[in-house]
This record gives sequence, C-alpha cells and structure tokens, in this order.
Amino acid sequence: MIEFHLDGRSGVAPYMQLIHQVRQALRLGLLREGDQLPKVKDVAAGLAINPNTVLKAYRELEYERLAAARPGVGTFVTATLGGASLAAHGPLRRELQGWLAKARRAGLDDESIEALFLSTFRSAAEEDIA
Amino acid sequence: MTAVIETEGLGKRYRRLWALSDCTLSIPAGHVVGLVGPNGAGKTTLLNLAVGLLAPTTGTIEVLAGPPRARPAQLARIGFLAQDAPLYAGLTVAEHLKLGARLNPGWDAEYARRRIDWLGLDPGQKAGTLSGGQRAQVALTLAIGKRPELLILDEPVASLDPLARREFLEDLMEAIAEREFSVVLSSHLIADLERVCDYLIVLVDSRVRLAGPVDELLATHHLLTGPRRDPATLPAGQRVISASHTDRQTTLLVRTSEAVLDPAWTVSEVGLEDMVLAYMREAAGGGRRRAPGYHLEVQQ
Repeated sequence: MIEFHLDGRSGVAPYMQLIHQVRQALRLGLLREGDQLPKVKDVAAGLAINPNTVLKAYRELEYERLAAARPGVGTFVTATLGGASLAAHGPLRRELQGWLAKARRAGLDDESIEALFLSTFRSAAEEDIA
Repeated sequence: MTAVIETEGLGKRYRRLWALSDCTLSIPAGHVVGLVGPNGAGKTTLLNLAVGLLAPTTGTIEVLAGPPRARPAQLARIGFLAQDAPLYAGLTVAEHLKLGARLNPGWDAEYARRRIDWLGLDPGQKAGTLSGGQRAQVALTLAIGKRPELLILDEPVASLDPLARREFLEDLMEAIAEREFSVVLSSHLIADLERVCDYLIVLVDSRVRLAGPVDELLATHHLLTGPRRDPATLPAGQRVISASHTDRQTTLLVRTSEAVLDPAWTVSEVGLEDMVLAYMREAAGGGRRRAPGYHLEVQQ
C-alpha cells in the first residue's frame, strides 16, 4: 500500500498528482500487480480532498489499464510500468552522463543544461504529436 | 443530473442596498461547491436564501426541487451550518445531540454518538467551554447527523486554527465519501477549496461572475504572455479577464474554449487562486495597479 501526498503549490491538479504518484510507485517497483490502492474514503479523509477527485484519478488509471476496480472491495493494480525497459536505464544513463560532461565542457551551467534539455524534450514531443 | 440549487433572476435587497442581484444558477447534485468572493459580495445572503432564512426580493430559488421553506419535510433534507458554528453555550454536548434527535426526523443517533466519542469529547461538557475547533466539530456532527441530501456551510473553517481546519475538512470529506451528499460551502481560503471543491462559484459585488466544474474552468482559462499587444485585437472567442502590460510585454488571462494558436503567445495554465483573483479584480474595475514585472515568475 502506498500513501498519497499533495503539493498545494505545484499548480498540478490534485487528481493528476495522485495519478503521477501511482505511476511513479509502479516505475520504482513500490507498487506491483495485484496490490490494492488506498480506499477512496481513506484518501479523502487523509488528505482532506474531495472523494470525487480520488475517484477521477482511479478511473483514469483504469482507463490506462494500470488498475481495475473490484466492486465493494477496492481498486487494484493490474499492470507494471517500465519493467521491461528497466534494463535499458543503465546504458541510457551512461550516455546522458557523457552528454552532461560535454555540456559542462562547453561552459553550460546547471540551469542552462536544464533549460536546454527541457526545451529539446518539449520540441521533440511536439514533433511526435505533429 | 438534477440540480440541488436552482435560481432564476434571484435578488435580495436590504432597504436600498442590493445584497444579491440577478443571480441565475443551476448547481448539479453530487458536488462539493465552493462559493468564493470578497466580503460583502452576497455569499451569506445567497446561502441564507437557500435555507429559507431569508425571502427573495426578486426571482426564485428552488432547493432540492422545491422552495426552501415550503414544508418542514423540505428543510429536513437540508443541513445548514451558519458562520462561527453557533451552539447553545449553556447546553452540554449530549443535550445538543438530544436536541438533534428531537428536531430531525431522519436523525442518525448512532453516528452522532460514535463521532462525539471518536472526537474524544466529554458529552457532559457545556458547549460554551469548548474550543473553536471542538465547537465546529460538534456543529458538523449535528449537521451530518440529520442525514441531509444537501449540506450548506457558511465559512465553516474561517475562525479555526490550521490544524482544526484540516481536521474539520478531513472529517467532512470522509463523511461525503461514506454518505454521498452534496455540499455548498463558502470560504476565503482558496487553498482549501482547491482540495475539497469540484465546482466553483465566484460572487463579486452581488453578482455571479463565474460558475462551473473546477476542471472545466481551469481547462478554459489560460495565461498568455508575449510581446506588447492591445487585448482588443484578440480573436472573438477569447475573453480577456485580466490584462497587464509593461513597455514591451503583455500578460493576459483569457477564457476560451478553443486552443490558443497564435505563436506570439506563450500559453501557460493558470491556478485556481490566480483565476479567482482575476475575476475579483475584473469586477473591482482593475483599479489597483500591479508593479511591472509581477509576472516574471511565470515566464518560461
């Protein structure tokens, strides 16, 4: 079982924060197939958030086929995330480290590196959509 | 979906002053509705009209598909918690529960007793000696104990300390998850509303400026930043809620149901608080000027 938290200043909608936290837990192996997600009532009471928000997050996870509701029992994880691609993390990380070293040698500071990465990431994502 | 509160041209005048005017609303069931607005905007007036404590000067209001004070049976379906959680100072907690049982046909005695017990309150204690947080919790117990279909709360947490406030909202959310009733609550604390509300009404200067499901409102409001430009040159579908300019830059909050395609703008999402404040400023005539550069923090 995981415990949710909310960042009131993140500007991210509460239901999205819940979804992100489930996905993150799946990626890190904190949640596995068959695990039960916290009950809607408990999340609503624990975080003082609208039960509809929790339901919305769970429905979205069901839509993504990451979870399934068992009526009267609760919502359960039905998939894993990143399991197969975990093996690829090592080599990718090493390439990224090489790239970071190059960027530093070229005189970029942390903020410039982050900005460059994010803007490249975004424009690549936009090209994918287009 | 049926409406819990439906108003048509609703207005309330006190002598020569309109506390609420031309209010037309339809609030669907199954939501936690946040009512926000500056002091004196008409929030309490609207809530008092909804529970029949006031009679309208103009227009109509229906609550749970009937006039609020037509029959006692109608009032039994509505729970109401007025500002500052009024209790009888001279009565004990147990006596309040007894009163709740006598006055409410649908009273859930088991729930009320369990909740007072869970709160760790002494049933023999006089209400006048309770702390603000305890008083609010007892009042909430009474309001939920009558098993309402609609619970109306006027500034329920305004006078509570942060911990009591959080506990009150936690318990309210838990009760909604268990019992599935609709809630309308007024508050100044937008951070709280962001957590608990999925429907929002902004009331300014006795008029409704904005109403709708929170997700929908946030999805249709965008913050645009770009080179300085006259807001009048925007496409017809984009309604400007607030505008600020420096010598080179323009920042706009617009409402539009279509995507903003003009590449000159950097489009960012807007938070609930900024959106609400923009509507309050718009209504105030935008008289108070912001320092230039205010929006620097939201630039990419």
